[in-house]
Amino acid sequence: MKILVLVKQVPDTATKIRLNPGDTAIQTDGIKWVINPYDEFAIEECLRLKEKAGGEVVVLSLGPSRVEEAIRQALAMGADRAIHVMTDAVIDSQVAARALAKVAQEEGYDLIVTGKQAVDDDQAQVGALVAVELGLPQVTVVIELNVDVESRRIRAERELEGASEIVELPMPAVITAQRGLNEPRYPTLPNIMKAKKKEVKSVPLDSLGVDTTPWVRVEELTLPPERPAAKILTGEPEEAAKELARLLHEEAKVI
Amino acid sequence: MSDMQALLDDFYGLDRELSPDEIQIRETVRRFVDQEVRPHAGQWWQEGVFPVHLIPKLGELGVFGPTLPEEYGGSGVTGVAYGLMMQELERGDSGLRSFASVQSGLAMYAIYRYGSEEQKRAYLPRMASGQVIGCFGLTEPDAGSDPGAMRTTAKKGGKGYILNGAKRWITNGNLAKIAVVWAKDDEGIIRGFVVPTDTPGFSAREIHTKASMRMSVTSELYFDNVELPEDAILPLSKGLGSPLSCLTQARFGIAFGTVGAALDCLQEAAEYTKTRIAFGRPIAATQMVQERIVDMLSRVVDMQLKALQLGRLYQAGAMRYPQVSLAKRDNARGALEVARMARELLGGNGISVDYVPMRHMANLETVDTYEGTYEVHTLIVGRDILDENAF
Ligand SMILES: Cc1cc2nc3c(=O)[nH]c(=O)nc-3n(C[C@H](O)[C@H](O)[C@H](O)COP(=O)(O)OP(=O)(O)OC[C@H]3O[C@@H](n4cnc5c(N)ncnc54)[C@H](O)[C@@H]3O)c2cc1C
Repeated sequence: MKILVLVKQVPDTATKIRLNPGDTAIQTDGIKWVINPYDEFAIEECLRLKEKAGGEVVVLSLGPSRVEEAIRQALAMGADRAIHVMTDAVIDSQVAARALAKVAQEEGYDLIVTGKQAVDDDQAQVGALVAVELGLPQVTVVIELNVDVESRRIRAERELEGASEIVELPMPAVITAQRGLNEPRYPTLPNIMKAKKKEVKSVPLDSLGVDTTPWVRVEELTLPPERPAAKILTGEPEEAAKELARLLHEEAKVI
Repeated sequence: MSDMQALLDDFYGLDRELSPDEIQIRETVRRFVDQEVRPHAGQWWQEGVFPVHLIPKLGELGVFGPTLPEEYGGSGVTGVAYGLMMQELERGDSGLRSFASVQSGLAMYAIYRYGSEEQKRAYLPRMASGQVIGCFGLTEPDAGSDPGAMRTTAKKGGKGYILNGAKRWITNGNLAKIAVVWAKDDEGIIRGFVVPTDTPGFSAREIHTKASMRMSVTSELYFDNVELPEDAILPLSKGLGSPLSCLTQARFGIAFGTVGAALDCLQEAAEYTKTRIAFGRPIAATQMVQERIVDMLSRVVDMQLKALQLGRLYQAGAMRYPQVSLAKRDNARGALEVARMARELLGGNGISVDYVPMRHMANLETVDTYEGTYEVHTLIVGRDILDENAF
């Protein structure tokens, strides 16, 4: 089975985001970059499928040269080789999906897997748009995946609000991964060393022949307002508990 | 990781000096320790148990013998990468790093360097995976800083050798499947032996009274007419220089490991002083507390610089053992001082193992002593530069 996993490099969620007034992108210096956590579930699932059914897991990533770090990480987890679409340009989900779909089309894959969304811009569009670009069936927010290689059919469980849905679809298809799908593995030291020898093909975005004009432009970015100071309840435990319940109910409106 | 934590981790921009895979290896071990060790470290330490369930995972991760060639189960990583792994293990707990140091730097290295090809093939790959745990018996009840005064003997006899004597303070002693034991032969020359711990006459007793390294197993070993075959001897080992060369490996790991313990203390203390309010403001906003924090940071940067340069010398094959001694001496002591300052800054909370400094501090008392005490390393460096033996 030939599997493609789409991996995005995003700022570590614990990194403090910095913005200057008028910025339309965050300040990137000093940021720690990681693989989008949902993409880690995708990578893990692909590796498990490969371990069961054989074949190959190819990593596809888009972005500037720093993205190679995320690619190496995915290779160290066990992916076989990678394709890096290079660009320093600011692009939207639409352009990203067009480019990724183009590369996917060139080689042809049985399965394309990615995270349900990237935790940087939270658009949750690329997986779905790639499926549309390629005219493939898709299933999103998957928490369990069963692939029958013989019949080339997929059974997937999706997470819904308060329920779950089981769907069946043929291969090739696009899958987007949700937390809970699996527990991603650590890259081990021997695999980190092996990853150094794996192929990373670099492809300039401009060479793909896709339209790279974004459809959506970011107008403005602002940081959320400072959180108000915490409230500390004093007094007897019974009183404090009552007051806490009242505040949670009336002010925070969470219970 | 918060911005402050990241700044404390690498105040001097030393990450620029590391290769991408050295960073990747460090982060991998760090993440492992964060998830598997950190949440339980205080409890395990207090209960005095080593997390044996982590041994296969550590093996899979590749922390045992990582610098050895692949054919023996290693990954051929750089000395710096090995050091950074030790740093991250010790950020979790010095006992965890000790476990790995003894397995890799002492037991595996002794077999790799002084063993026959058959011994290397028989033991190293299974030790790399963690299936076989090793310990290293040099210190005796009456011979520590002066190991040449050891009394354990391996006389010719039986199928090969007959081992008699005792070792004390042996890390992993009760966990080990094999013990690398140093003993004097008929000519009084120190030789190394691989002793399966199920050999009749071998016994190990765990030392339960430690107020330091509580997460690490430390034992006394007794050899009562232990009969060993001819091929138990490490054929290339000869004289005190052999065990000492193994210690050089482990001391190298300590130079890095201690940085991890110090960073853990510094980071927790810095965080604490920002949130602890006294006299109506965070204690971090007082001059004396800031001086403490900066003193701690300064020690950490010194330690990091020494460790990194030592790593580069190791890689270039240019590392001399007195250089290792200086780094072991200063980094163990530096980390201990950082831990003490952190302990103080946490006030009463610093006394509890719910916070990290007291645990690290207690552990670092051992680190300051084992693998050559502060004084022993002072005398090694003194002898090197003054050409006078003051031992
Ligand atoms: C938790 C733990 C784990 C250990 N693990 C191992 C292990 O796995 N394998 C192993 O072989 N050993 C191990 N050790 C032993 C350790 O290496 C020794 O304790 C250490 O080398 C010191 O030896 P000693 O205890 O005999 O102290 P001593 O040698 O008796 O020293 C006592 C004091 O005298 C000082 N001193 C000695 N000689 C001089 C001198 N000439 N000039 C000035 N001062 C001097 C020392 O610096 C020290 O302060 C471990 C120890 C501990 C505590």
